[in-house]
Amino acid sequence: MYRQAKWDEPLIFELSKPGRVGFSLPDPIEDIEVNIPEKLKRKKLELPELSEPEVVRHYTRLGEMNYGVDSGIYPLGSCTMKYNPKINEEIAGHPKVAFIHPYQDERTAQGALQIMWELEQWLKEITGMDRFTLQPAAGANGEFTGVMIIRAYHLDRGETQRNEMIVPDSAHGTNPASATMAGFKVIEIPSNEQGMVDLEALENAVGERTAGLMLTNPNTLGIFEEDILEIAKIVHKAGGLLYYDGANLNGILGKVRPGDMGFDVVHVNLHKTFSTPHGGGGPGAGPVGVKDFLKDFLPVPVVEYDEENNRYYLNYDLPKSIGKVKEFYGNFAVLVKALTYLKIMGKSGLKAVSEIAVLNANYLTQKLKGTKGYELPNKELRKHEVVFSAEPMKKETGVKALDVAKRLLDHGLHAPTIYFPLIVHEALMIEPTETVTKEDLDYYVEVLKKISEEAYSNPEVVKSAPHNTAVRRVDDVLAAKRPVITWRMYKQLKEKGEIDI
Amino acid sequence: MGKQYLPNLAHVNEMLKEIGFNSIDELFSDVPKEVMHEFNLPEGKSEYDVFLEMNQILDKNKTVLEMPSFLGAGTYFHYIPAHVKYLIERSEFLTSYTPYQAEISQGMLQALFEYQSLIAELVGLEIVNASMYDWGTALGEAALMAARVTKKNKFVVPKHLSPEKRRVLETYVAGAGMEIVYVDWNEKGQLDLEKLKESVENAAGVYIEMPNFFGLIEENIVEVGEIAHDNKALFVVGVDPTILGIVEAPGELGADVVIGEAAFFGNPMNFGGPRAGIFATRNDRKLIRQMPGRIIGMTKDADGKRAFVMTLQTREQHIRRAKATSNICSNEALVAVAAAIHLASLGPQGLKKLGEIILKNTAYFKKRISEVAELPFDGINFKDVLVQFEVPYDVIHERLLEKNIHGGYYIKPHFPELGESALFAVTETTRKEWIEKLIVALKEIIAEAEL
Repeated sequence: MYRQAKWDEPLIFELSKPGRVGFSLPDPIEDIEVNIPEKLKRKKLELPELSEPEVVRHYTRLGEMNYGVDSGIYPLGSCTMKYNPKINEEIAGHPKVAFIHPYQDERTAQGALQIMWELEQWLKEITGMDRFTLQPAAGANGEFTGVMIIRAYHLDRGETQRNEMIVPDSAHGTNPASATMAGFKVIEIPSNEQGMVDLEALENAVGERTAGLMLTNPNTLGIFEEDILEIAKIVHKAGGLLYYDGANLNGILGKVRPGDMGFDVVHVNLHKTFSTPHGGGGPGAGPVGVKDFLKDFLPVPVVEYDEENNRYYLNYDLPKSIGKVKEFYGNFAVLVKALTYLKIMGKSGLKAVSEIAVLNANYLTQKLKGTKGYELPNKELRKHEVVFSAEPMKKETGVKALDVAKRLLDHGLHAPTIYFPLIVHEALMIEPTETVTKEDLDYYVEVLKKISEEAYSNPEVVKSAPHNTAVRRVDDVLAAKRPVITWRMYKQLKEKGEIDI
Repeated sequence: MGKQYLPNLAHVNEMLKEIGFNSIDELFSDVPKEVMHEFNLPEGKSEYDVFLEMNQILDKNKTVLEMPSFLGAGTYFHYIPAHVKYLIERSEFLTSYTPYQAEISQGMLQALFEYQSLIAELVGLEIVNASMYDWGTALGEAALMAARVTKKNKFVVPKHLSPEKRRVLETYVAGAGMEIVYVDWNEKGQLDLEKLKESVENAAGVYIEMPNFFGLIEENIVEVGEIAHDNKALFVVGVDPTILGIVEAPGELGADVVIGEAAFFGNPMNFGGPRAGIFATRNDRKLIRQMPGRIIGMTKDADGKRAFVMTLQTREQHIRRAKATSNICSNEALVAVAAAIHLASLGPQGLKKLGEIILKNTAYFKKRISEVAELPFDGINFKDVLVQFEVPYDVIHERLLEKNIHGGYYIKPHFPELGESALFAVTETTRKEWIEKLIVALKEIIAEAEL
């Protein structure tokens, strides 16, 4: 039975003891007096005061109340929570990475530029695109980059009326949000009963205002869009471009490439497909690749290689560039990790990744299928992930997808993504990835079956889960109704007697 | 080829058989055959081979530890205490996802709540999000937020803005069709108030930095805020948070929104990334509703015990989709936690001392550099100093590099009106002998040029 640490760990502010020191700083070069104008002088600074061992213990305890890929299976759908090889961290932690300034003369940063250039070559071949920018910090930042490139392309051709971006109803929320940020009107199209893009709806949606279509393939149901070549034809014929959301690239690595399927712009998530850790929400990296005809619109700078002089350099000379989407060249340390991974995996390794990821997802699908309370909507053959619906369970027992998720935690198993995609009611979106064992999968299915039994025999135990985690079910309604965002707000409420935690 | 990461490679046939498939190919029968593609990539290598190869590539970099460097302009060499890296590499933090399942992710949630709380104390505002990608994208988001809050379309910024931030800002607001107005600096290298007044009419927001791009402390920050508020514009302050032990919290100086770079604490330079953007606002529902990014809140669990959870999510893309306040999903959580650990270790005394050391070192640098060059602006500098030469700076740069010194950031390509100028920066890490070496070298170079 799983038991997470349950420390009653105070906030770091509550651990403060006046006079304790947790820092050591060098002396100033010379003790020159510099006077900040009185009106700008710092008056009050209420930071905690702790010694270094106390700081270390505090964060160690917090770590013990957290669950990562290294703790166990973490099958969050669309998040590709695979094992993060430790060699990645070792290389990225090298002083030759840490102590490099982004404005250093290129001659003193050839290693950094070579890493970026090499990574681009790998990504080009993996996706079938012609050029990449490594600047975007995350998937959504990449999407924004991609749709801005599409916008710039149409404007450059004088097609100013192309202001509509088509997005399927199964898309990640970031797709419509990114399109809106780039100034597009979002046109949502429905999926068919198979869980794929409805071609007729697409035909009806495209026209002279169409800027493009944003598509995830395999889609968020884990289903490969079989009609992808037809989809590409429809969009291109209407004058639009095809954007590939790379969140699910793990399911097709070494089999088929976005570039060959007709996509014009692609983003990949290095923190999903290429094994860089998610860090509790970031840093990620979302490089964007384009076909040759779009390369002039990429953000600046791009990395070039002068073969003759064996020299890497940054090229800012792209007059049609969309500009910059992030400072400097992206999350460089993350790029280092991804390249390390790619070099270890190589051609056959990457192909094995998608094969095993897809095998694992289908194995879980078939093993769980038919369990009372869970339904498998849409077609059966999945790629890297599967979406079950707990709708029957909810109707028959009142136990919701949320409750199933919480009960999984009690067994030391991370929950799937829930309530997404929006087109499946009570969705449980499971992506095991290629790095779990057969026993992990068998146990996951076993626990999901056990939860089903509990739901029909003793639903309360599921509805009141979790029981074995650091805290019990969290009241998120209260959190939104009476926001306490910082220690400062907490203290104000405490003084007024409006809070008792 | 990475077999060590793929346990089920040993069970492929067994698993296929169990679920009624004959081959792996059958699992991919839905992929159109005509576009299937065999990768033209090198084969994988052993961990040792890759370890050596990556080390050889990295060896071509020259770090600031191998060559005194005076680069700043938005990225600075600070020393990060060893325990910070040690703690954020704990794999429960490092390998976790965004804390969607709060009950099993309390550690990360509390660490991020504490990050928000520490930043709130620094900047003097109650509401802080769990990070943006960096300062530059935080600026872009602040401009978009100001437009949503005020329903106006113009954002006023200093002309003395880093080229990085300027280009990020312009890209971020292009889709919304916002107008960015650049206000000139005065003879002191600070925002010109008269010119600001001429530009501020109908502005959604006014932006100023402390210190500014030239490293100068803007003296009229309160007045700039008043001008913004008189015109019903939001007052947005960008701050290098390492100054906040010695300079007043922007929230106390009238800021409605504070942005900045959290990665100056706890994180090495890493060739420019990852970093983490600070984003804070006043405790005002109208502002909170329009705020971008994830926010962690304190609440209770079923037993009434204190607990933490992601909150106010109806602003976000996964719920609001096309109507979200921003498209941001992944942020820079671990970078923010590193910053928090460093800040908590510094405490009030450490932060004040850090600020004072930097201030003194910058003053010492100014004293020495003025032996060989001009300082166009008179004021109080923090880290960056604008230095003007009579010799073309690219020549100076070249000669310095030959002497194994990295000079400053050449800003003529971005601000031609400043002539042969470069931004030189120092921090608490700068050594006296580095400055000595620089001054000796500059004297030589200038003397040579005069011959």
